[in-house]
Amino acid sequence: MSEPGSPVVARRGGSRAVAAFVGNPLSVLGLAIVVVIVLLAVFADFVTPFPDHVGPIGDFAAMSAPPASPYMLGTDAMGRDLFTRIVYGYRLSLIMAVVVLAIATPVGVIVGLVAGYKGGWTDYILMRITDVFLAVPPLVLAMAIMGFLEPTLMNGMLAITAMWWPWYARLVYNVTRAEAQEGYVLAAETVGASTLHILFREILPNCWPSILTKMTLDVGFVILMASSLSFLGLGVQPPTPDLGSMVAEGAKYMPDGWWLSLWPALAILLVVLGFNLVGDGLREAFEAEN
Amino acid sequence: MNWTSIGKRLGAALVVMIGISMLIFAIARVMPGDPARIALGPNATAEQVAALRAERHLDAPLPVQYFEFLKALSRGDLGKSLYTNRPVTTDIAQFLPATLELCIVSAIVMVLLGLPIGILSAHFRGRMPDHLGRLVALIAVCTPAFVWGVILQLFFGYFWPIFPIEGQLMQSTPVPPHVTGFLLIDTLVAGNGAAFLDALYHLVLPATALAMSGLGQCARLTRSNMIEVYDKPYVEMERAYGFRPFRIATRYAFRPAFIPTLTILGLEFAAMLGNAFLVEKVFGWPGLSRYGVEVIIRKDLDAIVGTVLIIAAAFLIMNILVDILVGVVNPRIRLAAGRG
Repeated sequence: MSEPGSPVVARRGGSRAVAAFVGNPLSVLGLAIVVVIVLLAVFADFVTPFPDHVGPIGDFAAMSAPPASPYMLGTDAMGRDLFTRIVYGYRLSLIMAVVVLAIATPVGVIVGLVAGYKGGWTDYILMRITDVFLAVPPLVLAMAIMGFLEPTLMNGMLAITAMWWPWYARLVYNVTRAEAQEGYVLAAETVGASTLHILFREILPNCWPSILTKMTLDVGFVILMASSLSFLGLGVQPPTPDLGSMVAEGAKYMPDGWWLSLWPALAILLVVLGFNLVGDGLREAFEAEN
Repeated sequence: MNWTSIGKRLGAALVVMIGISMLIFAIARVMPGDPARIALGPNATAEQVAALRAERHLDAPLPVQYFEFLKALSRGDLGKSLYTNRPVTTDIAQFLPATLELCIVSAIVMVLLGLPIGILSAHFRGRMPDHLGRLVALIAVCTPAFVWGVILQLFFGYFWPIFPIEGQLMQSTPVPPHVTGFLLIDTLVAGNGAAFLDALYHLVLPATALAMSGLGQCARLTRSNMIEVYDKPYVEMERAYGFRPFRIATRYAFRPAFIPTLTILGLEFAAMLGNAFLVEKVFGWPGLSRYGVEVIIRKDLDAIVGTVLIIAAAFLIMNILVDILVGVVNPRIRLAAGRG
């Protein structure tokens, strides 16, 4: 995960965009949250105090220890350090988000481009298919898919991807519809440019700001969805550290073991909030640029 | 909005509904594994599996299977749940009201809290209440419903125990006779005011947890729309004429600003139907979601298909209602439809 905004902004030489982003303290706060979480996740093996607590067992002498040194956030019922497991949970969540978006975005973008540019029956059929996916609450559709598959990391990502691409199809479709009427597209058609050239070289670059903004926001929301699935027991299975299943597991020990579910719950909040702040900042930056 | 446009809207919804039935049917049939074997479990004999395959037309080509499924559906038959051993429609009829009741109360909470936060934010734009309102709205959006559930339970159920954290009624409260399945209505029909209050009391935490994400969206959208309207000349004129700010905000600026908010309410309600799965698990709510998770874990084919179909249908109906409501609130759309 690189810092999402800067390369694009820099390539466009958009000093106004950078100024807009940096000028908003909330965007900077979001970026700081994201950078810290990503660094923690990448270097988890080195920054966590008890890397071996990722497995099924921890230190039985310290079962359900409340937050105190050396267990900053306390331990779970298996005596495993919560901070360590949250950091590894972040790593898993970020990997899932990247994989889901890396598959869902191209699929959605291509469907949106083709439907928006071609029009007619292609448009009607592709967009009705998109509507069908959008008409089922995302979590329910992902659950239904998981219902027929084994609850593994791979299948979890598959289920989330299956319900994520339509949002990109809708987004790119709307932009494409508007752009296809523009003079530069007409000019490209007149000189006989191929459809592929028009779609990917002429129209797609104009979709990038909206796509990038949405992808940044979506890193947070994919994590939210993945943790919701695993909270229901339909995602990654123990002992793999996962934020959602940690909350579910901890809820059994409330209220005495309040830290067991409170910290992972706040950890989810923090990462989604971070990516949201950055996404909002990016949107403002792109608007300032134009 | 006139009858023709409502008819068109219903037609489009029907197309989408058929699409959803194909999608969920395809998911149920294309996934690896023999549905009959899964349903009967590892101890079933080959004959039993074969018998179930024949009974459910599982050996027929997919289009034929889908046609059989539609035929049954048109009779109101969604098949039989292998988990409860009852018709799926019976199960859904039993569990759906509790979920709908929770979602509807959440929607009310969402509007009652989300709109004022958005209006106040816009009114105090750039000042302390605005920053506070925006932060609350953002955090509300960023937090999954189950996290809200756990946090609310912890703080208002354990640390400061003022609300019940589980179920729909206290043990000591008699369950009212079944009329609609909606406890708030059934208790009133039974004339039991104390039970009504108890049911309402039990709804506070789960409904708030479920409302949070939509509440945040609602506040954010209302704020940006109100700010847009505040910059319009007619609001300036009202200010110049010395109308009181409260009157401007509630009477003149709010109505145009509310229309875009109204259109997202349908979407938010859909999200609630999904998120209800999470909240019901946290609060042990006896709704459709608990049933849904149970049948998914047991790979109970007909029950999964039925549950998803019902939720999708509820979502579509909700969106049509919102469209109609937008037409009622917005005179421009209403008049345009009337002329057209």
